[in-house]
Amino acid sequence: MTAPLLIFAYGNPSRGDDALGPLLIERLEALNPPNVELLTDFQLQVEHAADMLGRERVLFVDASVSCAPPYAFTRLTAAKDTSYTSHAMSPAAVLQAYRELYGEPPPSYLLGVRGHAFELGEPLSAAAASNLESAQALLQKLCASPSHQAWDQFIMPPEKTI
Amino acid sequence: MTFELETAAHPENLKRVVIEPVSRVEGHGKVTLLLDADNHVHQARFHIVEFRGFEKFIQGRPFWEVPVIVQRLCGICPVSHNLGAAKAMDMIVGAKLTPTAEKLRRLMHLGQVLQSHALHFYYLASPDLLFGFDSDVAKRNIVGVAAAYPEIARQGVALRKYGQEIIKLTSGKRVHGTGAVPGGVNKNLTLAERYALLKDIDQMIAWSRDAVDLIRKVYCETPDFHNGFGFFKSSFMSLVREDGALDLYHGGLRAKDQNDQIIFDHLDYSHYWDQVHEEVRPWSYMKFPFIRSMGRENGWYRVGPLARVNNCDFIPTPLAEAERKTFKEFGGGMAIQSTLAYHWARMIEMLHCAEGIKELLHDGDLLGDELVTKGERSLRGVGVIEAPRGTLIHHYRINEDELIVRANLIVSTTHNNQAMNEAVRQVALKYLDGNELTEGLLNHIEVAIRAFDPCLSCATHALGKMPLEVELWDAEGKVVDRMERGSAGSCGV
Repeated sequence: MTAPLLIFAYGNPSRGDDALGPLLIERLEALNPPNVELLTDFQLQVEHAADMLGRERVLFVDASVSCAPPYAFTRLTAAKDTSYTSHAMSPAAVLQAYRELYGEPPPSYLLGVRGHAFELGEPLSAAAASNLESAQALLQKLCASPSHQAWDQFIMPPEKTI
Repeated sequence: MTFELETAAHPENLKRVVIEPVSRVEGHGKVTLLLDADNHVHQARFHIVEFRGFEKFIQGRPFWEVPVIVQRLCGICPVSHNLGAAKAMDMIVGAKLTPTAEKLRRLMHLGQVLQSHALHFYYLASPDLLFGFDSDVAKRNIVGVAAAYPEIARQGVALRKYGQEIIKLTSGKRVHGTGAVPGGVNKNLTLAERYALLKDIDQMIAWSRDAVDLIRKVYCETPDFHNGFGFFKSSFMSLVREDGALDLYHGGLRAKDQNDQIIFDHLDYSHYWDQVHEEVRPWSYMKFPFIRSMGRENGWYRVGPLARVNNCDFIPTPLAEAERKTFKEFGGGMAIQSTLAYHWARMIEMLHCAEGIKELLHDGDLLGDELVTKGERSLRGVGVIEAPRGTLIHHYRINEDELIVRANLIVSTTHNNQAMNEAVRQVALKYLDGNELTEGLLNHIEVAIRAFDPCLSCATHALGKMPLEVELWDAEGKVVDRMERGSAGSCGV
């Protein structure tokens, strides 16, 4: 059966703080939250729209180069943008692809965790490790919240997301 | 042949047009054209300008690491490198694979080719084919296809996802898994996984048939145009099974010349260098392979779906074989030489993959638990596989400490190097000669390159636009015309 909540983290584990998303998924896997499917990949692509089929909510998790530490939690809207490639897309573009392919997408959110260093082969930076702890605490609260209406209370004002 | 367009006699007197980057596959590609005052093409070259050096990086690594490491060559077909290297390592560990290991590898490979062909056809090529080469650049992308042809786009997405699911279940991950190891595989398939894949396979076969129908219809609506676009004749090379059947995983090497005559057949690929030599040219980091017996001028060849479908005696799955016969009839019984026929052949192969996956999923050997074997150790290993884009050669030598001391990789795009140059020259001559530069005309060159599905097309056809920067220089070295196409697909002069 399709889990009602999909948490989809993306990033390259070999590129320093870009590993934040996949690391958060690893931690959630260990906690095994009910009614949640956890997926991870290097980048977002068109076919990830198909992963959203049948969900009540979708949460994208990514390292952010610009948000205020430790993280930004926002609601996503589908949007045509310039990110359509065979390699990588933005979450808004994936939602737009979903809309074109399957109709209105489920309520979707983005958790951007502030990263600081993205060099190939580098480990997670100390600052990112701290942000990861905070993000994990939020993720656990989100997994325990029953509806997207309940999630809206965690949405951060625009000034906090830079 | 248009070899005379490879090196102009007096380049100092000619205007230089540079298309850069053409791509970012394992780096950067560019096209350079040298034109006279009337914009007639005197030289056309397709360059891969990045130095990769992967063969050097892996020297000193333990051989058993290699099947995992080499996947980092490519995020598009990592499974092909995993399997090519693993086959070479099978030779080094002296393994004869168990039926379970070989069939799991074959399943993984068919899933890989299915998803790669779906990616190329629906995401990269279909916008050109459905909207036209000169159509609005803003809609020449998969989302544009989704808006205009949602059912086609849905099928493309689902086919790619299905192929990736096979990769994930057989190798552990969608990208950079660890399925094939020296002497076998490291996991089998559970009953539940097999059932999950079987549930959707008939739909995948049906959609693959639809894809063949679509490309055949597009091709045959304007056969003169499709046959003539970037047309040239060449030899072809591919693996074939012992009985001459198309085989994507294993076989002997077969090459046919441009008149459909056999050059060599069932060649043991562990001695590929007896027949294939690699030439280096100063203006490209990519080598130019050629068949030794035919010499460097005439011995170049094409690989990939067109080569495979042209070369094989039959396809061992019924629906794809019927489509191959139709394809063959279209060519009057001879090999089809048209560049755009790659798309048609690619979809016939996708149908074969879907059928092959179904056959394998019904095979009980997939559930076996004899996964790895080994035998007498050797210091040399060669693995060859038919990757989505064509013949892929992995060749390694190790020392007594089991460390890699030498590696040589000939990837599909390298085999097609001369042919892609030839396609660029043909298109430049026909469509750019005497014309001013426009986005649509530049896209004609990209369409020709893209038909080969070189790794570089994956990145560059983003959003129906390769990011391009084109400059027209006069003989005094002054820029007289300039055009940019940004990552958003907009054009500016």
